[in-house]
Amino acid sequence: MHMADALISPVVGAAMTAASACVTAYSVKKVQHDLDDKKVPLMGVMGAFVFASQMINFSIPGTGSSGHLGGGMLLAILLGPHAGFLTMASILLIQALFFGDGGLLAYGCNVFNLGFYTCFVSYPLIFKRMTQKGFTTGRIVGASIVSSVIGLQMGAFSVVLQTLLSGKTELPFGSFVLLMQPIHLAIGIVEGLVTAAVVTFVWKVRPEILDNTVTGKTSGKTSIKTIVTVFLIAALVIGGFVSWFASSNPDGLEWSMERTAGTAELEAPDSVLHNVLAAIQDKTAFLPDYSFKTEADAEATGYTGTSVSGIVGGGLTLALAGLIGLIIYAVKKRKPRTDEE
Amino acid sequence: MSKIVDSIYNIRQLDDLARKDTAIHRIHPVPKLLVTIVYLIVVTSFGRYEISGLFPLVIYPMVLVLLAEIPAAVIFKRLLMVEPLIIGIGILNPLFDPRGWITFASIMIKCGLTVTACLVLVSTTGLDKIAQALRKLKVPGIFVLQFVLTFRYISLLIEELARMVRAYSLRAPQQKGVRLKDSGSFVGQLLLRTYDRAQRVYDSMKLRGFAGDYRSYAKTRVTWDDIIFLLSWISFFIIARLFDIPGLLGSVFK
Repeated sequence: MHMADALISPVVGAAMTAASACVTAYSVKKVQHDLDDKKVPLMGVMGAFVFASQMINFSIPGTGSSGHLGGGMLLAILLGPHAGFLTMASILLIQALFFGDGGLLAYGCNVFNLGFYTCFVSYPLIFKRMTQKGFTTGRIVGASIVSSVIGLQMGAFSVVLQTLLSGKTELPFGSFVLLMQPIHLAIGIVEGLVTAAVVTFVWKVRPEILDNTVTGKTSGKTSIKTIVTVFLIAALVIGGFVSWFASSNPDGLEWSMERTAGTAELEAPDSVLHNVLAAIQDKTAFLPDYSFKTEADAEATGYTGTSVSGIVGGGLTLALAGLIGLIIYAVKKRKPRTDEE
Repeated sequence: MSKIVDSIYNIRQLDDLARKDTAIHRIHPVPKLLVTIVYLIVVTSFGRYEISGLFPLVIYPMVLVLLAEIPAAVIFKRLLMVEPLIIGIGILNPLFDPRGWITFASIMIKCGLTVTACLVLVSTTGLDKIAQALRKLKVPGIFVLQFVLTFRYISLLIEELARMVRAYSLRAPQQKGVRLKDSGSFVGQLLLRTYDRAQRVYDSMKLRGFAGDYRSYAKTRVTWDDIIFLLSWISFFIIARLFDIPGLLGSVFK
């Protein structure tokens, strides 16, 4: 579920970071008022807890794939949506920095996918409504499952959109959606059950934690109006960013050289390498009509004949990089001795 | 269970590495953070059919890993943990595009570079200094506090978990792991016990004068070294992006 840097383009990353930053700023503002000495450690502990549970992968029977909990609903229920969102954001920052799980550039995407939909859509619209007549075990279980499943479905759909907008994968929209949604349905049900188990336990043993959240200023009055406003702002930010680049750069929204340098010529080097490979593949391709745009570019800019030097150059670059590494390694190895003297 | 405990406990490893004292460790956290972000943007800005263009960018993480004396195995292990997801999404590319293998390779290389860059940042800077950099960059204090506390409480949670698992297994010999029937209240207890302990820790922090801002006595001023580090890496990234270094090198031998 965590988006990696390798899967997104800078534009999508920046747009999602901007959107998440808006929601974070909003949450910080809201949470400031009721942050007492009890809530701060609770947020930290819940963060640690969800962090740990995100590390535990369980296999999904019959699919050969595995999933892990998101934990967004659990945070929203026990901490309230604003504190929950902030906690999720801090968990994901640690995941990105310490485990490389979900990149730093993709950070905004992940915060939005895992935090926004659960804390600001699923929680107020589903969980709160289903439990507004007071908590019972049945209501908690039902509301947890439904809200977890829906929150995760929205997050998974968001992953699909972000990946496709970034243009890093060839998967057609339909197959990608068909791949992601059912898997996350299964994960959502497990997540709902775990959330229900934890929340029910906390409610039975320490009801005041739940009551504080429900009656607290931050979570008690999340009206539809606020949600719609936040959604609109997020949509505007994302839409603004994406359409701005999309109109001028239709090819998968890649931040191509054409934009930054004004020529297509600089794009050519990579086609040098894959020209060779493409030529080989051309013979075995299923789709002979497939238009190789970059190949055409390469021909237009007269780079077709340089494929050999392209490969040689690639090899040389790596060799040069390795040489630099070796030199540093050698110098480093020597240094301690001189230090001791 | 102990496996999970181990892998989560590994989180401290990078933070420990950050306590070393090398030229890279001494760089101010803000320029380091900025260089990392520019690097990520440059790497991800390459088109999906690019492979050779990414080669020069290998230099940045490699030089830093070597200069900062980070054991390569540490980075490598974490890379292996992340790659499955990328393979999962990228492996289908060849099915839908005759040149899918190129895009697949491109994604894999980008994943390696971006993940390594993040790991290098944290293992040469450490959590406290990153938090300090975030504060310098005007990130709200509440968020930074939350970020720091979550990280610190992970160890607390794991310690509590280890204690509970030990107590449980002593009372339930001949049994592997925690029974499913007990797992709900087990997890719930874990949460509450950790919460109680975290609250005691937080209370004593407050009693010792903690006022919400995470203070550190690390170097706070940006020096010329930091500025040179920042400017030289960023200009290298821009050159690597604008000019086809492998192509130029190759054309020498044409």
